[in-house]
Amino acid sequence: MTDRDLPELPCRDLVELVTEYLEDRLSAVDRARFDAHLAECEACRAFLEQFRQTIRTLGRLPEESLSDHARISLLAAFRGWRRN
Amino acid sequence: MPSSFSLDHNDETLIGALRSGDERAFGELVSRWSSAMLRVALAHIANHAIAEEVVQEAWLTVLRSLDRFERRSALRTWVLGIVVNIARARFRVERRLVPLPEDDGPTVAPSRFLPADHPRWPHHWAIEPVPWKTPEDDLLAEETRKIINDAIAELPPAQREVLVLRDLEGMAAADACNILGLTDTHQRVLLHRARARVRNALERYLAKTEAP
Repeated sequence: MTDRDLPELPCRDLVELVTEYLEDRLSAVDRARFDAHLAECEACRAFLEQFRQTIRTLGRLPEESLSDHARISLLAAFRGWRRN
Repeated sequence: MPSSFSLDHNDETLIGALRSGDERAFGELVSRWSSAMLRVALAHIANHAIAEEVVQEAWLTVLRSLDRFERRSALRTWVLGIVVNIARARFRVERRLVPLPEDDGPTVAPSRFLPADHPRWPHHWAIEPVPWKTPEDDLLAEETRKIINDAIAELPPAQREVLVLRDLEGMAAADACNILGLTDTHQRVLLHRARARVRNALERYLAKTEAP
């Protein structure tokens, strides 16, 4: 990479913008700077991919479940509510 | 996206079924939505039993308030909003006397970057992130899941609320803002901080386990 090609957006600032980038909330100019930086910077591409992997993994965490006890008392409460 | 997100019935059918006392429909809703409700409650209250109480209280509030549901959001969003309100009120009662400080640190530790006066690469990586070798599916293995859950548990509650709704439950930003009473910008800042902390925790762990 030459100085002439130095991206305008330093890595330290790019990492702060990743969620805005992923949610498509960057201005057209900032998005272009972000993309230009990514094209040049392997480390920031790795960072972005790790961020995406983290988000996808969060979306796949096992579900929580209500205890049988809580469930049974809820159904009883529903029957009580229905009678009123 | 979690399968609990959409039901086959539309909201009107659901409301009609609940009003007519359809216990099977209620039981189905409890099965499908309780995971999300519990996660929202657990964002405020670490104790599982108390979080379950919050979920039960929320369902009772839902039944009592069904006639006042104004349909400005999906029924599920409205229900999760009720959980947020009850959990926040409980949290205020039960939390420790000294509240945890809200973390507003940078996404990545400043020491990972070169200084501003670096002649060639100011504010570029000094210690670069390297792609994780662990396959993504393996991030759900028990060990890494514990790292993720611990990182979530250590988040400030305001960040945890947003992360749960947006990333664990896949809720749209507008709905999350509505439920949590946040501006779009504030919501995104909290979400970004939360995601960054979970990524950082994974990076620290994987750096150890993936070391040659």
